[in-house]
Amino acid sequence: MLAETNFTAAFPVAEPVVRLRDFTRSFGANTVIDGLNLSIAPGEFVALLGRSGGGKTTLLRTLAGLDSVGGQDVRIPTSRAVVFQDSRLLPWKKVWRNVALGLKGPGVRERAEAALNEVGLGHRIDAWPLTLSGGEAQRVALARALVREPKLLLLDEPFAALDALTRIKMHALVLELWRVHRPAILMVTHDVDEAVALADRILVLDAGRIVAEEHITVQRGERGDVGRVLRQRLLGHLGCEVTSEHVVSAVDVGASIVPFPQGASA
Amino acid sequence: MPQSTQLHRRLASLFSGHWVSPVVFLILWEAGSRLGLIPKSTLAAPSAVIGTLVEMLTTGELPDNLWVSFLRVAAGLVIGLSIGIALALAAGLSRQGEAAIDPIMQIKRTIPTLALTPLFIVWFGIGETPKVALIAFASIFPVYLNLYSGIRGVDVRLIEGARSFGLSKAEVIWHVILPGALPSLLVGLRYSLSVSILVLVVAEQINASAGLGYLVNNARDFMRTDIIVVCLLVYAALGLGADGLVRLIERRALAWRPSLAEG
Repeated sequence: MLAETNFTAAFPVAEPVVRLRDFTRSFGANTVIDGLNLSIAPGEFVALLGRSGGGKTTLLRTLAGLDSVGGQDVRIPTSRAVVFQDSRLLPWKKVWRNVALGLKGPGVRERAEAALNEVGLGHRIDAWPLTLSGGEAQRVALARALVREPKLLLLDEPFAALDALTRIKMHALVLELWRVHRPAILMVTHDVDEAVALADRILVLDAGRIVAEEHITVQRGERGDVGRVLRQRLLGHLGCEVTSEHVVSAVDVGASIVPFPQGASA
Repeated sequence: MPQSTQLHRRLASLFSGHWVSPVVFLILWEAGSRLGLIPKSTLAAPSAVIGTLVEMLTTGELPDNLWVSFLRVAAGLVIGLSIGIALALAAGLSRQGEAAIDPIMQIKRTIPTLALTPLFIVWFGIGETPKVALIAFASIFPVYLNLYSGIRGVDVRLIEGARSFGLSKAEVIWHVILPGALPSLLVGLRYSLSVSILVLVVAEQINASAGLGYLVNNARDFMRTDIIVVCLLVYAALGLGADGLVRLIERRALAWRPSLAEG
């Protein structure tokens, strides 16, 4: 399964679920996204790194369909869902009604219940959101996203506000849900380790352009050595110089760096 | 002796309660009346007030007039709240509505409602209409202002979150904006209720032949301070009752709030 994913990531033969061609977005004189090209294959797990103000949020809003694209060549699937850094649950709706928000047809509660069971919160189905812990609220937000069976799942720094232990559990949960449901995932994060641990492909966005792209072929859970090298390279791309005595060749550890050519789709 | 210290402590805590000073005040008032320090024409004794209250209740004088006043407040509130809520929805939910309605409401806000009493008498005469109209007019603004700012104050992140799941504009209004503005609406409702009672007091001074205000006016002419105090007590009870009503609604409608959402 993993090899297959990597194959589609490196050579997207399948019709991509997301395709942006020469996408530009500016606010007044300030160009936030500058001629960006991006393709995401079905079922691919992509992490997006970048400094604040680098255009991450704008790109995510575009992919979430929250901003109008003004006739540019942007293709996003109709079935998509977002998990934000703050869970954004409606405090006046019980947990299951939050999960079922906007769903129609019979058996809505059953569908919500199934999704809540998947994130291990079946017992909180009738709770008020404000009584949940931060980790629980994010799991409900995940259930709310997954109950829609999205082709594209957007994660906007979803674990940034959680404590380290909860974050590790959430990583495992996200991977498990991803393996079961197979949405394409774009996860915005500024945590380099998180990106290395979870993604097939890591993009670094800076000044509205993708300045680096990393494919990871090593299996999740065995990325310790690759991770260290990758981490330093990524930090370098992010403008954070790290000196290290352990400079290992990328080829040795199974990670490959591909300079990202502007104008070519990944 | 531990028992006596315990008793001592209990007595001490008993006499540091909040009820002590009002009771002392009542006792002094009663004593002052009995000793002739407070003439009856200035202020009736508490015991006389209670006697009058019981008498007015048994003769039906108080319930009948209270009912008349209640109907005036109810009619005024129904009209005022409906208009206030409708205007707030229009101004809060659309830009055109805001441009059309809000400036006028802000101008209206600067005019004290009671200053309009003479104008309302010229327009509506001295019957029931000006009384109900004054109450209605006064109760529009608190509910308008609070609901309008409540709608505008709904967390945009929640609205965006709902939009990201493909909810239509109407669905966003129904599931996010209106429930989000409900706490503000209830605050406005509470203000409107207390304002309506305030205006009731003044409106009923306009040539009333029944109602609490009529009782007070009559009592003034006969220097019946006991009846005046009874009516003051009723006004206070009305205020308390209105507040309790909104609290009850809040407890039911805002059950999700953290202070109430335990368990």
